[in-house]
Amino acid sequence: MTKNISDGVETLPLPQLDEEERAAKRKEIYAALEDRDVTVQPATDDNGDPLENSMVLNMGPQHPATHGVLRVVLKLDGETVERAVPELGYLHRSMEKLAENKTFHEFMPYTDRLDYMSPYSNNTALCLAVEKLCGITAPPRATYIRTIACEIARISSHLLWMGTMVMDAGAITVFLYTFQEREKIYDVFDMLTGARFTVSHCRVGGVASDISEECANYIKDWLKVFKKKLAEWRGLLDRNRIWIERVEGVAVISKEDAIGIGFSGPNLRGSGVDFDLRRDVPYMAYQNFEFNVPVYENGDCLARYFVRLEEMAESVRIIEQALKQLPKGDVRVDDAKQSFPWKHEVYHSMEGLIHDFMMTDTGLQPPAGTEIYHAIEAPKGELGFFIQSDGTGHPWRLKIRSPSFCSLQALPHLTEGGMIADVVVAIGSIDPVMGEADK
Amino acid sequence: MPEINLSTAFFIGLGSLTIVASLGTILSRSPVTSALFLVLNFFALGGIYLLLEAQFIAVVQVIVYAGAIMVLFLFVIMLLNLEDEQRLTERYDVKKGFAILFAGLLLVEVLYVVGLKTPAIAPRLGTVAAEIGTAKYIGQQLLTEFLFPFEIISVLLLGAIVGAVVLAKKNFGPERATAKTTL
Amino acid sequence: MNALALLLVMELGDRFALMGVVLGVLLTAVAYTVYAERRIAAFIQNRTGPDRVGFDLIPQLKFLKGAIGLGQPLADVIKLLMKEDVVPENANKFVHALAPLISLFAALTTIAVVPYAKGVAIADVNIGILYILAITSLGVYGITLSGWASNSKYSLLGGLRSSAQMISYELSMGLAVVSVVVLTNALNMGEIVESQTSNPLNWNVCRNLLGFIIFTTAAFAETNRAPFDLPEAEQELVGGYHTEYSSMKFALFFLAEYANMIVACTVIVTLFLGGYQVPFWTDAPWFVQVGAFITKTLFMMFVFIWVRWTLPRFKYNQLMDLGWKFMLPLGLFNLLIVASTIVIFGNSLPLSILNLVLVALCVAGSFAAKPQSKMA
Repeated sequence: MTKNISDGVETLPLPQLDEEERAAKRKEIYAALEDRDVTVQPATDDNGDPLENSMVLNMGPQHPATHGVLRVVLKLDGETVERAVPELGYLHRSMEKLAENKTFHEFMPYTDRLDYMSPYSNNTALCLAVEKLCGITAPPRATYIRTIACEIARISSHLLWMGTMVMDAGAITVFLYTFQEREKIYDVFDMLTGARFTVSHCRVGGVASDISEECANYIKDWLKVFKKKLAEWRGLLDRNRIWIERVEGVAVISKEDAIGIGFSGPNLRGSGVDFDLRRDVPYMAYQNFEFNVPVYENGDCLARYFVRLEEMAESVRIIEQALKQLPKGDVRVDDAKQSFPWKHEVYHSMEGLIHDFMMTDTGLQPPAGTEIYHAIEAPKGELGFFIQSDGTGHPWRLKIRSPSFCSLQALPHLTEGGMIADVVVAIGSIDPVMGEADK
Repeated sequence: MPEINLSTAFFIGLGSLTIVASLGTILSRSPVTSALFLVLNFFALGGIYLLLEAQFIAVVQVIVYAGAIMVLFLFVIMLLNLEDEQRLTERYDVKKGFAILFAGLLLVEVLYVVGLKTPAIAPRLGTVAAEIGTAKYIGQQLLTEFLFPFEIISVLLLGAIVGAVVLAKKNFGPERATAKTTL
Repeated sequence: MNALALLLVMELGDRFALMGVVLGVLLTAVAYTVYAERRIAAFIQNRTGPDRVGFDLIPQLKFLKGAIGLGQPLADVIKLLMKEDVVPENANKFVHALAPLISLFAALTTIAVVPYAKGVAIADVNIGILYILAITSLGVYGITLSGWASNSKYSLLGGLRSSAQMISYELSMGLAVVSVVVLTNALNMGEIVESQTSNPLNWNVCRNLLGFIIFTTAAFAETNRAPFDLPEAEQELVGGYHTEYSSMKFALFFLAEYANMIVACTVIVTLFLGGYQVPFWTDAPWFVQVGAFITKTLFMMFVFIWVRWTLPRFKYNQLMDLGWKFMLPLGLFNLLIVASTIVIFGNSLPLSILNLVLVALCVAGSFAAKPQSKMA
């Protein structure tokens, strides 16, 4: 810990979770929802005045604005949301349990499918955790490649967020603009990793392949274009009255509540908490770069919008510096007990083949009884892996702290009292990815 | 038997449409269907006004009654449950008595005019009627000869608006507490 | 009855012919507006848009090779017609089928009083402009009823939104129309166009710019086009009133929406852009006038499409605030200015200047308004 990150968290009151009351209300709402002939829920108070009736609306899991399979059950008073009950788990694939029967490398492709908007960050988070557990240090060039790729993944994720959030507000064009840039990012990943979407490029002890000269130049050229595009989009949206009015003061969450609920990343910084793992707990190569951490005070959708926009610009700065500083050397630990051997070794030497076989079959074997938690600043927030080892090649327990899951807890808080149109913008502004929330 | 020309044919068509729509309004079970029949009724009435060369009245009939008022009626009906409607109708039985009373009075009036004392049908004032029906004439009359009633009506409407606001804002005071208190 | 039909044909034969032509043109135009919308949207979004479907089945048109996708509307229509017509359970089947018809009826009948050239209109009614207001006010039934009859909550919300929205914006629309009526001293569409003369400075858009803006904005709201597309709002209400519609019924809604848009453009052109008047050519032949009319309409349609693909959607309370707290007072204010200028000066020249200043102020004001969000 290089910086005191307490921010007074310890002194804050715990969020009041009135579980019983909420559970009762939830039951009532579900009952109204299950009754297929009821469009309107009769008022329970005010001696049955028909004008006080409310409506229970089921939003999701198949709804265009719930970013996948999020389900929110809304109790409406006209257009106003009286109560929102988010329901998760429609994309649950029991990742954490699956991990217990896989070696760490075998689990890597699963992490691609966590936050599938930035697979590289997830790979890196897992690798860093395992490296910490086994005491492996990746060579500097590999670290730089990871940093570059993570930041590109961050831009990719934020671009998707931007497109979908603005589209949720009704402007479809921005979505297509950002997706055109994401297409270029996919090209970058294609060059860098050989895969466009689910990259699985990180390896414990380094990365799978080196970055080519061509790829580095492509990134440089793309960044130049991207900066212009970013300014263009900001010109389109930053002063658009309708857009600002749609997001300003909507879905406000205070600093205390944001910390209490477990917000992290851009959502937390949108509420005025100056905390960024890249700066405060530097990992990979982040201590070598100069970058700002944008923080906004308001805690509304607009603040989160600006935080993410400026983060993209900062990511561009980081990538530029990283490409400039990119050290020469190996991209994987040259130790067969810690890392996969290179393919030419496997094909041409007996030792290489044996090591490859051992690595694939038994995998890395961290010391028994050790446990580790390592978190990185993923695009969505703090993505942490908690691993307990029993000395075999499979983790005894592997738990994922996914930022989307924590952010989604705030949904009732953010949407209740707002309007239906605010619900979709609020969901967009906290940028959940259900693959990550449901795991 | 008047000769069948275009306007007579239209009158017969529109008149029967009006009658059918009126019957539909009071006989249909679903309030939405009732409201729709009423819209049809207004529309047909507008057509009859048009036949009487009262263009302005015809259009205003459609704009105001069919286009605005009935939309609000539908709005309210759609917001209510069917059970609520039944409850509402059963609650006010006095209304039915008044309705029968007024309907009877109207019937007597109509019978008196049509059947008992058949006055000679006033000669058709061709051009004059056409002139009376125009927007220009009505506007002039409203703002000169009938200025006072016109202004009185506007005051009445203002009162109605204020009343509506008061009714709608039944719960005065600070905004109703939302569920934000519990997290 | 045969005699009656004969009478009708004899009295109104040329009108019926014109109606046939106009409806034919309008319906084709609707199909190609959809195509144009997709192409323009694609242009705005750096895409290509539909460019494949041609008329290869017709040997004479094979040379086109579908290079610019002109066959797309036809393919779309065929696709829509071939789809299964799904009516939700517990829906009110009659109203469910009636609603799209009402929508289309309202959209298509409005065009009747619009003059396409000097003296060429299906119905040259004295109160043409009021007729348009009356018919457009009926269009809301289609949407409201479809929302109610679908037995779906999303549809119901869309229906409710639309009824509130259309009533609210009819008022400002009416006020803008009244200001035009005051300026032109006529309710007849033909006379309104005639009074604007062939001098573009005399067109109502110059004399009554504020009214033009109010009317156009209200027209956006009345036609449910973005940024006022709250009744359909696919991101919130999935599709709003037409969520539960498919096949031909959906096609009718689709048709009605675009027909409404075209009709709204023709009305804007008639009221504010000089209708069929050709700039600086007073006695242009009818085909030139029709050409000028179509050109202006196409321009307005481009504006409609352009706005849709640029702006986010309003929120319900913003919509109501804009309609009641901004547009309505502005409309009244505009009417006051127009009327008093006409009374005081007797002509409308000061209006042009005044309106220009006002609009310049509005634009400057909107640019000066900056988002407030402070860095920590």
